[in-house]
Amino acid sequence: MGELETFRAEVRAWVRENAPTSLRGTSGSGPFEGYWGGSKCEETDPDLLRWRDLGVEKGWTAPSWPKEYGGGGLSHEQEEIIHAEMKAIGVPRPVAGQGLAMFGPVLLKYGNDAQRARHLPGIARGEVRWCQGYSEPNAGSDLANLQLKAERDGDEFVLNGQKIWTSHANLSDWIYCLTRTDPNAPKKQMGISVILADLDTPGITVRRIDLISGYSPFCETFFDNVRVPVDQLVGTENEGWTIAKAILGHERSSIGRSIARQPGSAQQEVVARARKHLDVADGAIPDPLLRDDLASLGMLEEAFHLTLARIQQSAASGTPGPEGSITKIVGTELKQKRFELGMRVAGIQGLGWEGPGFDDDDLQYTRDWLRSRASTIEGGSSEIQKNIVSKRVLGLPEGKK
Amino acid sequence: MSGHTAPSLLLNDEQKMLSKTAHEFIRERGAAARIRTFRDSNDEVGFSRELWNEMAELGWLGLQIPEAYNGLGLGFFDLCVVLEQSGRELMPEPFVSTLLLGTQALLLGGTDAQKKALLPGISAGETLVTVGYEEAGSHGDISKVATTTRKSADRFELSGEKVQVLDGHLSDRIIVSATTSDSAYTLFLVDPTQSGVAITRQSRIDGLNAAIVRLEGVSVTVDDIVGELDGGASLLQAVCDRAAVGLSAQMLGASEQAFADTIEYLKEREQFGVPIGSFQALQHRAVSVYTELALTRSVVLAAARAIDEAPDDIARLASLAKATASETFMHAAKEAIQMHGGIGVTDEHDIGFYIKRAQATYMTFGKPSQHRQRWAELHGY
Repeated sequence: MGELETFRAEVRAWVRENAPTSLRGTSGSGPFEGYWGGSKCEETDPDLLRWRDLGVEKGWTAPSWPKEYGGGGLSHEQEEIIHAEMKAIGVPRPVAGQGLAMFGPVLLKYGNDAQRARHLPGIARGEVRWCQGYSEPNAGSDLANLQLKAERDGDEFVLNGQKIWTSHANLSDWIYCLTRTDPNAPKKQMGISVILADLDTPGITVRRIDLISGYSPFCETFFDNVRVPVDQLVGTENEGWTIAKAILGHERSSIGRSIARQPGSAQQEVVARARKHLDVADGAIPDPLLRDDLASLGMLEEAFHLTLARIQQSAASGTPGPEGSITKIVGTELKQKRFELGMRVAGIQGLGWEGPGFDDDDLQYTRDWLRSRASTIEGGSSEIQKNIVSKRVLGLPEGKK
Repeated sequence: MSGHTAPSLLLNDEQKMLSKTAHEFIRERGAAARIRTFRDSNDEVGFSRELWNEMAELGWLGLQIPEAYNGLGLGFFDLCVVLEQSGRELMPEPFVSTLLLGTQALLLGGTDAQKKALLPGISAGETLVTVGYEEAGSHGDISKVATTTRKSADRFELSGEKVQVLDGHLSDRIIVSATTSDSAYTLFLVDPTQSGVAITRQSRIDGLNAAIVRLEGVSVTVDDIVGELDGGASLLQAVCDRAAVGLSAQMLGASEQAFADTIEYLKEREQFGVPIGSFQALQHRAVSVYTELALTRSVVLAAARAIDEAPDDIARLASLAKATASETFMHAAKEAIQMHGGIGVTDEHDIGFYIKRAQATYMTFGKPSQHRQRWAELHGY
C-alpha cells in the first residue's frame, strides 16, 4: 500500500470513529457547509461543536496549512483525502466558510509573517469569521471599477465608500476589502490594494439586503472615515489586483465544488419530489417527457461529478488540465436545472410563500429555488466565467465587451 | 458514480504515448478530406486497405484481442484511445464494423473455434467481420427482428433483409440476428459467399460504407451460432453497449477536431477589421461547446473503464456516454458550420463532413432519448 493509501485508511478509520452520528448524511462536505464560527456565532448543536473541537485538535480544519498557524501541516493530496473521507459519509467539514476556503490561502501566499500569525489560527479554530468586501454598486462584473477610497494618513488608512454583497457581514468579525489607493493610476486594475478591517471599527455600518427568496445572507457595508492601521495592508500597495484575482480563483473552484453534493443526490431529490407530487409510490413515472428530463438531469449530474473527479486526479498527478475553469459554469447550471425541475413537478404546491396549505419541505424548496437564481451571478457571473475561459483557455482575442 | 470512489479517468504513460502516436499517424495519413476522394471516385472499397494493414502492423487492430488469438491482450480502454484519434479525422476504415461489432460479438459470444478462425485475421488486418442487425422496420430497436429461420434437421435456413450493414460490402463474415422461436432470436455467422446471400452497396451521407444484406434460405449449422441459441437479444445488447462506448470515443475525437478547427477559424477570419473570435456572441458559444467536451471526455473515459473493470456498471455508463457524446457531437458540428459561415456549408470545406457523421452516429447504437429512457429504468423510475 502506498503512503497516501495508508493515510487514507487512517483518515477513514478516524472519521468513521469520531464523526457524530447525527451529522452523517447531512452534508455534501463542501467548503461552505456546516459550522462557520466567529465571535457572533450562536450555534448550539453540541455535535457540531464537538466535531469542530475534534477537527481543531487534529489540525484538520485546515489540513494543508502549516502547524504553526493552526493547520495540519499536510500535503494538498492529504487534504483532498480528508475532505473526500468526510464527504463519503456526508459529514460537514469541522469548520467551513470564507476564511478557510478563500482568505486564508491568499494570506498564506501574499501576507507577511505577522499577518499570518495574527489571523490564521483564529480562522483555523473557527473563532474568527471573515467576509469579503469586493463588489460595489458600480463595480459588479466590472470589479476593477471599484471606488472604496483608502487614503494614507500617517500610520493609518482612512476608508470611505461602500461595499455590497458582503455575504454574512452581519455575522462576521473581519472583512478583507479591495480598496482604491491610487485614483490616478493609468489603468483601473492598478491602484487597488487589499486592506483588512475589524468590523467593529468605528465608522463601519452593516445593513442586510433581502433577496427574492426572502433570505438575507447578503449585506451592504458602509465605510465612513474608517481608520485602520497601515499594517493591515496585504501585499504591496496599489498591486492588490493580483491578490483579488487569486481570491476569485479560490472562489470559483470553491463554488463549483460546494455545489457538488453526493453523486446522484440531485436526481434522487427530484425523483422523490415527482413521486410525492404525482402520487407515484414506485416503479416507472408515467410521463415519458418528464422521465426524459429527469434522466437529462441525472446524466448531467453524473458527468459533472466524473469531471470533478478527473480534475482532481489530474491535479494529483501533477498535470492539472484547464477544465477547472468550467466547474462553476457547469455546477451552477446543474443546480438551477435541479430546482427548475423540482419546481415543475410540484405544480401549484410549489407556489407557497408561507402559511397554511403548504408543507414545510415545499416552502423551503421554493425559497431554495429562488436562491438558486443567484448562483450564476455571484462569485463572477457565468458570462464573466465564459470571458475568462475564452481568453485564457481557448486563446480567443479580446474584444469589446 | 455508484459508490464513492470514482474510477481512474487518466491515461497511463503507455496510453498517452499510444494516443500521441495515433494522433500524429492519423493526422498525417488519414485526413477527413479522404472521404470526399472515396466518394467522388466511386471507390469500390470506400476506405484504404493499405492504411488498415499498416494500423494492424502497429498493433492497433488487435489491442483488445487476447494474445491467444494473436492480439496484444490489452483492454477496451486502450482501444478507445485509438478510436478517439480515428474519430478526429472521421476515418472510414472499418473500426465500427470489425473492431466494435464483429470483434465484441466474437469476444463475448464466440466459440473457441470461431475465435480461432477469425480473431487472428482481424488482428492482422486481413479479416473483416460485421454485424447486421438493423432492418427496414426496426427503427433502432434491436428487439425487433423480422429475419426468420426455418429449422431443417441440424440446419437453419435464414431469410430476411438487413439494412445499412456497416462494411457489409467487403466483410468476410456477417453476424446476423434471426428469430429462432416466437419470443427469441439468435445470432448466426454467415459467410457472404454462400448461396442465397445478396449484397447491395448503399451510399450514406457520412462516408462510412454500408450494404443491404439479403438472405434467402441461407443454410447454416449450430456451429455458426454466436452465443446461445435463443440468446441473441442479451448478447446483441452487450455488443451494442460496447460498440456505443467505442463509438462515443470516436465521437469525442470528432467533436474535439471540429471544435479545434473552429477555434482556429475564429482566430483567423477577420470581419469589421478584427478577428471574429473577438466577438463575445461567438466566444460564449465556443465556451459552451468547450464545457460539453470536458463533460463528454469524463463520461467516455468512465464508460471505457467500466468495460474493463466494472461489468455491473456498463449498461448505465454506456447510456450516459452515448447520450452525452451524441448531443455534444451534434452541437459541436452545428456550431462549427455556423461559425465557419458561408464556407462551412460548401462541399469544398471539410467541416461539413462532421455534421454528416454527427447525424449518423446520433442514430447508431441508440438515440440519446432511448438511452435516457434506459437510464431512467436503471435508476428505478
